[in-house]
Amino acid sequence: MRHFHLLLVHELRMLAVSAATYSAAVLFLLMMGLMYFLVIYQYDNVFQNDPPSAQYFQVFWIPVVFVVPLLTMKSLAEERRHGTLEAMLTTPASTLEIVLAKYFAAYFFYIGLWALTLLFPWIAVLFLNPANPDSPLHDTASLSGGFMFVCISGLLYVALGVLASSLTRNTLVAGMLSFSMLFVLIIGGNLLLHLPWQDAPFLANFHPVVEYLQPFQHLQDFSRGVMDTRPFFLYASNTILVLGMTTMAIEARATN
Amino acid sequence: MPEALLIPPPGSAANTVVARPSLQAIGLTKEYGSVRAIENLSFTVARGEIVGFLGPNGAGKSTTMRIFSGLLAATSGRAYVAGIPVAKSPDEAKRRLGYMPEHNPLPDDMRVAEYLHLRARLKEVPRKKAKARVEEVLEMCGLQHKTRRKLIGTLSKGYRQRVGIADAILAEPEVILMDEPTIGLDPHQILSIRRLIDSLRGRLTVLISSHILPEIEMCCDRVMIINQGRLVAVGTSASLRRELLTRSEWRVRLKGDVATFEQLLPEVHAGLRLAACSAVDSDGFVEIRLEGPANEPGLGENLLTAVTRRGSWRVREIAFVEPGLEQIFLAATKQGEDTLAPFARKYK
Repeated sequence: MRHFHLLLVHELRMLAVSAATYSAAVLFLLMMGLMYFLVIYQYDNVFQNDPPSAQYFQVFWIPVVFVVPLLTMKSLAEERRHGTLEAMLTTPASTLEIVLAKYFAAYFFYIGLWALTLLFPWIAVLFLNPANPDSPLHDTASLSGGFMFVCISGLLYVALGVLASSLTRNTLVAGMLSFSMLFVLIIGGNLLLHLPWQDAPFLANFHPVVEYLQPFQHLQDFSRGVMDTRPFFLYASNTILVLGMTTMAIEARATN
Repeated sequence: MPEALLIPPPGSAANTVVARPSLQAIGLTKEYGSVRAIENLSFTVARGEIVGFLGPNGAGKSTTMRIFSGLLAATSGRAYVAGIPVAKSPDEAKRRLGYMPEHNPLPDDMRVAEYLHLRARLKEVPRKKAKARVEEVLEMCGLQHKTRRKLIGTLSKGYRQRVGIADAILAEPEVILMDEPTIGLDPHQILSIRRLIDSLRGRLTVLISSHILPEIEMCCDRVMIINQGRLVAVGTSASLRRELLTRSEWRVRLKGDVATFEQLLPEVHAGLRLAACSAVDSDGFVEIRLEGPANEPGLGENLLTAVTRRGSWRVREIAFVEPGLEQIFLAATKQGEDTLAPFARKYK
């Protein structure tokens, strides 16, 4: 893994000098800022059980299905289209190192964007100046829990984006593939829960499994401060699997 | 079998190499489904040699180079780079090889020096030496001063090729593979690339594939010609010329009766004949092309003597037309096609 650090620094540097990075960051922050504003506005008008931070993270899937494909669709597809991936593979750097560098660069950027949104509650406190120190705006527990969920689930979502990018030379196709996979994974499972499972007895046992795999369920647990190791294991193991598949996809296309 | 066409079969005594070759292919075969891109390819390239790798489109040049660079796995056979088997130790082989792929893919959004520095580090040039080595190759390839700070995407084709060559020689590998390094360049750029390759002579082993045959002839010590995935000729230009060309060509510029001149030819040599005759120019001279047997050392002298003895023509020029690599290439690939015709039919 001696080339990994070098490649990662290079990838992060390329992100830092790219105008597209800043455009994506601005759009993301505008969208999430608007979401946070709407959450606070709603909280002010209608009584809510959950603090604003917990509600804010409920919409995590919107930036995931849009921003993750945008961040990852170029990573390998464009390099393959231009042939620069092939040039990279003629060096002693391994395919795994290249995939990991691309993946972690995208992941760090993704987390960096989310980290910036942690400033929203601070800005809200600064401007709204709540007199009560127990105000829901000060609820750091649900905020850190939600952020932790984003960090852990992001491992898998970004890996899926990188996998989609490794399967095609066309960045647009990679983006659409990534969007579809994330949509099915996050929303599809939720829709399955609304199917009449109980009506079909042989499918009844699948209900708890689908429920367990629900990202919204994990988010709820994290926001309430429930730190279960099972989601960690679920996301981490699937991330390793997806990154392994990405490496194999690159090697299979490069050497055949 | 002619000397230039001797291609030792794998494992034969002729294939036993005393000094370790920089590149060695033993029975390399690559199949893409039912299509066989290269077939039982065996050759060696000695250390310090510059070898031209010629062949028509789709002959298997790039496939061979990609196998040596570790990008493709051969279906069967073995490839060695600096004595290291590419299939078993690809990383070790890559450390000894600089590869400039066809179309020279480069990242458009990086600056020249920045890109070369990254490549140097990836190729495991020690951190302390990387900067000095990058400066060295920038100077060697004429990329210093303003060019070094330019974005690669803004460079002309010629400069991009230079960046590709600079990248290939960056880690001072034992072997350099260049796939069509002069493709799409203007004559000035071709000349500068040729000088650059010339400057590597003796220091590095270079295998160049190209379609620009005069360039290959000028800068390569030896030529390998591949056709339909098989090596059809190996040797120096001179040896290939001797072995493959069965006809010689002569050019005569004279003023006088061409029909009488044609009658003279059988007296000079039974195989000498008039191949073409130009129209009479403003001075009343015609240019005649003669074809005769190859490897007849006395033919030119006899022709000169016969023409001057008659004295009925005014002769301005009698010259032997040196056959270029183009003729050798055409002869070798034609011969190869004839040899391979039954094979090609079999795989259709």
